[in-house]
Amino acid sequence: MRLDLRPRSRRSPLLAALSPVLAFAGAVFIGGIAVALLGVSPAAAFLTYFVTPLSEVWSLQEVALKAAPLALIATGLAFCYRANLWNIGAEGQFVVGGLAGGWVGVATHGSEGFTLWILPLMLLVGTLAGVAYAMIPALLKVRLGVSEILTSLMLVYVAELLLDYMARGPLRDPAGYNFPQSVAFDGAARLPYLAEGETLHAGVLIAFGAVALATLVLTRTLFGFAVRVVGASPRAARFAGFSDARMTFAAFAISGGAAGLAGIAEVAGRIGQLQPTISPGYGFTAIIVAFLGRLSPPGILVAALVIALTTIGGEAAQIDLKLPLDLTRAFQGLLLGLVLGADVLARFHVRLVPGGPASPRA
Amino acid sequence: MSLDIVQMVLVTVVSAATPLIIAAMGELVAERAGVLNLGVEGMMVLGAAVGFAVAVETGSTLLGAVGGAGAGLALSALFGLLTVGLAANQVASGLALTIMGLGLSGLAGASYVGLKREPAPHLHIPVLSDLPGVGRLLFGADAFVYVALALVAGVSWFLWRTRAGLTLRAIGDDHTATHALGLPVRKVRFLAVLFGGACAGLAGAYLSLAYTPFWAPAMTAGRGWIALALVVFASWRPLRVAAGALLFGGTTVLQLHAQAAGLGLPGQALSALPYIATILALVLLSLGRRQGGSLAPAALGRDFTPHR
Repeated sequence: MRLDLRPRSRRSPLLAALSPVLAFAGAVFIGGIAVALLGVSPAAAFLTYFVTPLSEVWSLQEVALKAAPLALIATGLAFCYRANLWNIGAEGQFVVGGLAGGWVGVATHGSEGFTLWILPLMLLVGTLAGVAYAMIPALLKVRLGVSEILTSLMLVYVAELLLDYMARGPLRDPAGYNFPQSVAFDGAARLPYLAEGETLHAGVLIAFGAVALATLVLTRTLFGFAVRVVGASPRAARFAGFSDARMTFAAFAISGGAAGLAGIAEVAGRIGQLQPTISPGYGFTAIIVAFLGRLSPPGILVAALVIALTTIGGEAAQIDLKLPLDLTRAFQGLLLGLVLGADVLARFHVRLVPGGPASPRA
Repeated sequence: MSLDIVQMVLVTVVSAATPLIIAAMGELVAERAGVLNLGVEGMMVLGAAVGFAVAVETGSTLLGAVGGAGAGLALSALFGLLTVGLAANQVASGLALTIMGLGLSGLAGASYVGLKREPAPHLHIPVLSDLPGVGRLLFGADAFVYVALALVAGVSWFLWRTRAGLTLRAIGDDHTATHALGLPVRKVRFLAVLFGGACAGLAGAYLSLAYTPFWAPAMTAGRGWIALALVVFASWRPLRVAAGALLFGGTTVLQLHAQAAGLGLPGQALSALPYIATILALVLLSLGRRQGGSLAPAALGRDFTPHR
């Protein structure tokens, strides 16, 4: 027996849309087996993971709050991945964005008078810091041909250590009883809540606005066209005169900026101060979201909500069913693997044929 | 006396380099066959968890090491199925593997957190191991160190002195031509991926069985990624991998000693040293070979289906 893959003359749009759904069903099935092995009823786990979080207002808000940074980062990453550029350091760009923007929040603490400029400045500084941090791997790739995969990933560890140092050292609240955290930001340095007494804040609107903007850019502009051409056929893109270097800088700037903005939105939104760690791995989870959403912004939005749902559900399952949080992570990794595998259905006619290895053809 | 101190330092350098050498040798073979497996970190951390769990349950370090290698092998089989079998994107599949490995290792190791066991036994040859200055370094290491050395020699010999090795390298350079010659491209690639997985798992088991004889979540701390960088740094050559790993082991040890000595630098800056050193090494390497083009296997990272 061998697996026979025959390329389709064109991608099947139906199967391309269906394959993530199939992958999700497959992952839920395998996850169910794993849950049963851990001694928990798969039906109860399914309810806790995917249904209960949708049934209450506070948990719906939590899902939206988790989905927002994921959607924002993944949308930025989609530009990179579509152009065959592998920025896997979004986690680092997120952290640096949160740190730099949060620094503004710390420095302006206690300002009197007109303070409306503080929040926009924080968002701007956070975004630019993310862009600048993403420029390091982009520059090294364009100028020296150094693999962006390794440099962007290594910079994640550096960024995390930098934030750890700053939150415990220079930016620590001097009146904070030695707790490793900065002062709590003023109201003017916080993203406003969307409703009185709720947890949903304006960062969610920023993220969804960015997704809409990215959709327009990808489908309606020359730049978006160039990104798609570079991904589909680098050779054709070179003939068309799209510059590799400029594409690298642009894609890294977009993904770094989006991650930086997500970072400062998290710091100025939910957290409200600088702490030694500010991300539960958003930058890495966003990679799953980007592929699960098939690298298209609307798909990414749906994928971000699904992944956020599993994360909130995973937290509930840890408390209610004593299921470990690592199960959620393993599930998300499995889901990404299945999504990538299921993509084969859209690209090839797949058949299992009897007999030995494929014979070479001219 | 000072000779013994030098030896002590060298022993720690070697033990820090060992997991990097083992994991990087496996990845080197996979990449020479044309498959870029970015899941080294995930396979390594799963190998560490499973290796430790097996060793605790059976009381045998050897079985632990085998279990760790087996766990890495199983995870890499999934990767091989996706990328070699289904022609899925190698970069994204490797990332999926890392995420999954981190999650699975947490599950596998959950009930072993905080347990300790005796580190893997060290070789002891009555006279040789007690030689002043060199005895402990050359004749007193644990079995993993010698396995790492054997791997370097074995992989060098296999890739450049055997017909199968030539086939493997040819497939990594041009899968279309080798397929046309009737060579089993997908089979060789799958086996190379499995070898890489077993090595990564073994490297992880070294961490939890010999280096720090306990299991802690995410204890690989980026070593899998550093092993990947080492392969690039070494221009896909085994001996240079070993040299590079010793260099990085040296950086790690330097960092530990600097931290102990309290140089006034913040601890975080020293902890960042291996990662920054990795980036610098890659930069210096590319500065050193501005001419002559890339040394990477020509088909590295490109997917292959027999009909193309």
